[in-house]
Amino acid sequence: MEIGFILGVPLLGGITLAMLGQKAWASALNSLFSFLLLAATAFLVLRFVKHGPFSAFGEQFFIDSLNIFLIALTSLVAFTTSLFSGTYMRREKEEGRLTPGSLHLYHSMFQIFVLTMVLALSSNNLGILWVSMEAATLSTVLLVSLYRTKAGFGAAWNYFILCSVGISQALFGTILLYFSAAQVAGPDEHAILWTHLESIKDSLPPSVVSLAFIFLLVGYGAKAGLVPLHNWLPDAHAEGPTPVSALLSGLLLNVALYAILRVKILVDGALHSNFAGNLMMAFGLLSVVVAAFFLLRQKSLKRLFAYSSIEHVGLMTFAFGLGGVGSMAGLLHMTTHTLAKSAAFFAAGEVIQKAHTQTMGDIRGVIRQIPGAGWGLMFAGLLLAGIPPSGIFLSEFMMLGLSVRQAVWTLPFMLVGLGVGFAAIVWKIQEMVFGEAKATSVSFSAPLVWIHLVLAILLGFYIPPYLLHWYREAAKLLG
Amino acid sequence: MLEFVNFLAALLLLIAFAMLAQRREFPLINLFALQGLVLSISTFSVAFMTGKNHLYLSAAMTFLLKAIVLPVILRRLVRRLGVQWSTETLLNIPTTMLLGIVLVAFSFNLANPVSRLAGTVTHGTFAIATASVLLAFLMMVTRKRAISQVMAFLAMENGLFFAATSVTYGMPMVVEIGIALDVLVGVFILGIFLFQLAESPDHLDLSHLEKMKAD
Repeated sequence: MEIGFILGVPLLGGITLAMLGQKAWASALNSLFSFLLLAATAFLVLRFVKHGPFSAFGEQFFIDSLNIFLIALTSLVAFTTSLFSGTYMRREKEEGRLTPGSLHLYHSMFQIFVLTMVLALSSNNLGILWVSMEAATLSTVLLVSLYRTKAGFGAAWNYFILCSVGISQALFGTILLYFSAAQVAGPDEHAILWTHLESIKDSLPPSVVSLAFIFLLVGYGAKAGLVPLHNWLPDAHAEGPTPVSALLSGLLLNVALYAILRVKILVDGALHSNFAGNLMMAFGLLSVVVAAFFLLRQKSLKRLFAYSSIEHVGLMTFAFGLGGVGSMAGLLHMTTHTLAKSAAFFAAGEVIQKAHTQTMGDIRGVIRQIPGAGWGLMFAGLLLAGIPPSGIFLSEFMMLGLSVRQAVWTLPFMLVGLGVGFAAIVWKIQEMVFGEAKATSVSFSAPLVWIHLVLAILLGFYIPPYLLHWYREAAKLLG
Repeated sequence: MLEFVNFLAALLLLIAFAMLAQRREFPLINLFALQGLVLSISTFSVAFMTGKNHLYLSAAMTFLLKAIVLPVILRRLVRRLGVQWSTETLLNIPTTMLLGIVLVAFSFNLANPVSRLAGTVTHGTFAIATASVLLAFLMMVTRKRAISQVMAFLAMENGLFFAATSVTYGMPMVVEIGIALDVLVGVFILGIFLFQLAESPDHLDLSHLEKMKAD
């Protein structure tokens, strides 16, 4: 029932906003639907807290500790982003960068994109998980090129091609996984359900499963922005409207990583070795180091945050690869990074709108012009760089500790990646925030930014018992 | 019946090579439609062989979507965009073909563990499905024009579909419907995208887009 609601609300929202046409209050309606989704999620969480894991609609959907907190996080960020986008997109329209027609497309696709995210998270069917990941790309391609600039078209095309090719590999992997399950349990409809695969994971044929994992890791890894498949990510983030960047970084990357995690559980069970974990550690470390050095070279504000997303996804992948306590760190990092990164994009969006450029060299003295957004940008940057005390610092600290104990050879890479990334972000942002400038105005993004940042900081001191319990359960599942 | 599916698999491999060699858009679309047709016949034969009812539906869906609807949409796109004649590939055709042969050998190797386990098909079918996917990938990499890349993407999806029907007797129905829907919506959205591209002030094509990439 609750699952029906969380899927029905964004679906209804997407259809309503598509049918409605170009209305001035479409953005309010968008926020309303996002709020309803948040409310429905609250009921889902309540039920989960009371009754524990459950499945619905003939086991096609299920909720457990691994996806419940991601669904909650997704709804929360979708709601705050819809609030942010209300003011942001209105200003874009007033300044003539967007037409009413493109706003119409934007609002309806916003809801459809959220639908694909919730569907991917709650589905028990690995095939449907694939279908919704592909639908997520399709619903955002036209949003990336919403401004219809040359660079925008290029970014959208890159995004489509790289993600579609990637995701085709993931479909191949899914077929192989289904094939291996059909070998064990016979080819029936349920063989593709994750819970069924999980129950027979010990007897899946190792050779096919490891082949499947490679394809799935490459496929969903392209979506998660892991190096060397990350090329689409900075362009898509920089050229699309800022709320879309916030959605891509805050939701899509998490869900792609979530898909990899689901498969990792199966592969670990079938292989009884750390094959999946080692691959993930290698991809993760590579992403952290490469992204850190690219961070140094960035001149555009949104690209800076895009590369920071690659770095953080790399960190999470590395942590999940380590396993055990590492999985805990990865889950915590997923939560806090999503909060901090969308906050960073909110503040950055407002700053860019005010400065009419996203070139960091031309932005100076934000703190005098829009103090709210300036401080927001500064603190979001500091948090993303990993300064204590915050949830991000806590999880990075855990990762470093684990890498000393479990795989010392990774320590230098981690230190270089984290150190260079830290220096690049803090140095570039403080230059923009402080400096000479005059007139001041009130910030519209500040309240949202602070809600996110305070949550992310608090998670460094205190993780609510339910959330901690979910993390523990999920980490146990992840091994 | 099994021999017939094998024969169709060989035909698919031939078509994949022909697509790789074909540089003009209209013949390419015809080849794509032919691939769809062969695919639906092979799905139909597998359905007949195994007596699985949902495969008949999936064969009908494949025929409708891939042999008729998508080719019609693609032809219209090509005509409206006016790109049927001039041709551009990154590598010359003989080199591409040689690379293609290497890929086929590689796929037979890759498919080994799967083929050994599969009681469903003979050794070659899954390898050929893998090869068609990789050949389509090669086509995507070597083409510059957006519409050719779209066709390469669709050919890749065809290869995957063939893998699914021949090795596992098809994915569960919900998944197949979902995939078909994604493909249809994808082509629709790309159509919109390409028109926006063509209508934009500078009349862009993909070779211009390449230069737009920053670091």
